[in-house]
Amino acid sequence: MSDVLNNLVASPQTPGTKHYTPFAATDDVNAQADRRIAQYPPDRKRSAVLPLLHIVQHEFGFISSDAIDWIAGRLGIEPIKVLEVVTFYPGLRQTAPGKYHIRVCRTLSCAMGGSYELMEKLCELTKADLSKMDPHHHPIVVSPCGTWSVEFAECLASCGTAPVCLVNDDFHEGLAPEKASDLLKQYND
Amino acid sequence: MSDIQYIHGKQPHPREYRLIFRNVDRVGWDPSLHTYRNDGGYEQLRHALTMDPKAITDEVKASGLRGRGGAGFPTGVKWGFIPPNNTKPVYLICNADESEPGTFKDRYILHQDPHQLIEGMVISCFAVGAKLAYIYVREEFPEAAHILERALAEAREANLLGHNILGSGFDCEIHVHRGAGAYICGEETGLIESLEGKRPYPRIKPPYFPAAMGLYMCPTIVNNVESLCHVKHIIRMGGEEYSKLGTPRNTGTRIVCVSGDVKKPGYYEIEVGKLTMGELLHEVCGGPKDGRSFKAVIPGGSSAKIMRCEESFKIGKGDDAKTLSFYDLPLDFDTLAAAGSMAGSGGVIVMDDSRRMSWVLNNLNKFYAHESCGQCTPCREGSTWMRKITDRLVAGTAAPSDIDTLNSIAYQIDGKTICAFGEACSWPVEAMIDKFRDELISETSESNEGIAHSAENEAQRRFLQPSQS
Ligand SMILES: Cc1cc2nc3c(=O)[nH]c(=O)nc-3n(C[C@H](O)[C@H](O)[C@H](O)COP(=O)(O)O)c2cc1C
Ligand code: SF4
Ligand code: FES
Repeated sequence: MSDVLNNLVASPQTPGTKHYTPFAATDDVNAQADRRIAQYPPDRKRSAVLPLLHIVQHEFGFISSDAIDWIAGRLGIEPIKVLEVVTFYPGLRQTAPGKYHIRVCRTLSCAMGGSYELMEKLCELTKADLSKMDPHHHPIVVSPCGTWSVEFAECLASCGTAPVCLVNDDFHEGLAPEKASDLLKQYND
Repeated sequence: MSDIQYIHGKQPHPREYRLIFRNVDRVGWDPSLHTYRNDGGYEQLRHALTMDPKAITDEVKASGLRGRGGAGFPTGVKWGFIPPNNTKPVYLICNADESEPGTFKDRYILHQDPHQLIEGMVISCFAVGAKLAYIYVREEFPEAAHILERALAEAREANLLGHNILGSGFDCEIHVHRGAGAYICGEETGLIESLEGKRPYPRIKPPYFPAAMGLYMCPTIVNNVESLCHVKHIIRMGGEEYSKLGTPRNTGTRIVCVSGDVKKPGYYEIEVGKLTMGELLHEVCGGPKDGRSFKAVIPGGSSAKIMRCEESFKIGKGDDAKTLSFYDLPLDFDTLAAAGSMAGSGGVIVMDDSRRMSWVLNNLNKFYAHESCGQCTPCREGSTWMRKITDRLVAGTAAPSDIDTLNSIAYQIDGKTICAFGEACSWPVEAMIDKFRDELISETSESNEGIAHSAENEAQRRFLQPSQS
């Protein structure tokens, strides 16, 4: 493979890597995949690419090149067709987040409610480097200890209870910036 | 409805009419099949399965229901677009992407009343002849996806899904398909591409109207969550009776989501056109925050054109024409369109006099620049250029001519792209310049004219004017 492609599938280590086990096509993972693939017409297996990516990300924290090859094999498509999906969607990651991944909504109603200040506060508390947060590409910033990672998200469809965020799969609303430390305390272990 | 109690502090406002949100925040309510059935749930499905499928579509046409996802297209008419001599499988897709900023209604249906949606979907599948349907849920609703999976399993168990539903001979299956955080998956053809396992690049219409060439190039009906829930109530009431709710051409109820600078933001289900902007903002939402006054409102999701609160609008033509203040505008599809904006997705975003419009526009431009799928040059490049110009505006390094440049970029996107995202990203810019030009100009400075905004810019300037450097 060319360097360009190698870079596209590489998953550099982050402080969060220690919280995740490397990808392995276990019986459980294969069984989950079978159930998802069965949801689509037999000749339309490619439709299961997102569901399979979700299984991988949920179990292993991010999408590695091994996982891409496994999905391609399971669906009978070329790995590049999996990769083009991975690189498009903001919700799919190629590097390990922290143990707790926080997504703060930055869109209008939340911004009016103080979500940028909330993000500043969270970065201060978790020591995640705010300056690495390019406001356009929303990259994930992992705290040096690896417990936390933060990212901006676009409108999470709860604008009436702004500002809001997701911590892994948990939704939190009405998060004035001064509530940042209480939020983190719920996950401290 | 008098026997229904709502959670303290979450009672509906007296001006509301709770049809779709009847069970939201209800005391003793949970998303289980048991609770839903105890409340008379799935009786409309039982009834619908005894009807002629065409008659269901006719009821939906008679109801006047217009899509609640954004475009307000009549639902029954859309269903009628499936080619009559079609021999391919037909699919139904529920659009639960809910990604238009300012919109947060589908969230509560999915989390609190999933069976209402499933009942509406099975009836709709029966009407259009679909045996397989998908609910496309945005990835940021992990809990909703989970609740839906559980509700679908319950329905399957109770023979409300699957083979020979309730002994009617009709087979139907519904699955959940989760997105992965991209706004463009809300656009129906982008959604279809995503469901096919590809990048969600929207398809060009014509020829790719989903009702004729949708999922797997088969006829496909895409409807919003709220629209599909209404179908159940249309069957219960009859199309004719349903159409008496709301106002002519703007029938039924709809959920309005209010966010931003009001005392009581939240979701309010109202009869379409029976409430004015003023009644919504002052009476239902408690008015502006103390010591503040309303400045501007985006009435239908972030893509809708912003309106000034002190403006007046000429509505109607000829003898019927009248001039209405912003606060006297009834909340319906046609009036808001006549006033130069749109009812869109029902997301009302309110800004008071403490807000800088350059900052508001910059926030929205960041959203659109991030979310453009990148297929069409005007949208991909233009959305980022617009963001960069408003970045400078907010930073105080913009020149007056930048406002004209911004305007011309917007008009070069609008109407020149594959999908309606082109309008979605350019309308906010066009409207902001139209309504608040003076304020935007006041944040620019002549002295910024010609300064370099990047290293490339600077190099270019030196190259073009070597003697001055
Ligand atoms: C950029 C863009 C984003 C959209 N996002 C959504 C969405 O999140 N939810 C939705 O129901 N419709 C959305 N729509 C509208 C859909 O394309 C489609 O018209 C709608 O789902 C049809 O359902 P309805 O007829 O019931 O309204 C979007 C449209 C565009 C152009
Ligand atoms: S208008 Fe924008 S979002 Fe729509 S297809 Fe073109 S580039 Fe993609
Ligand atoms: S703007 Fe944050 S949830 Fe909508």
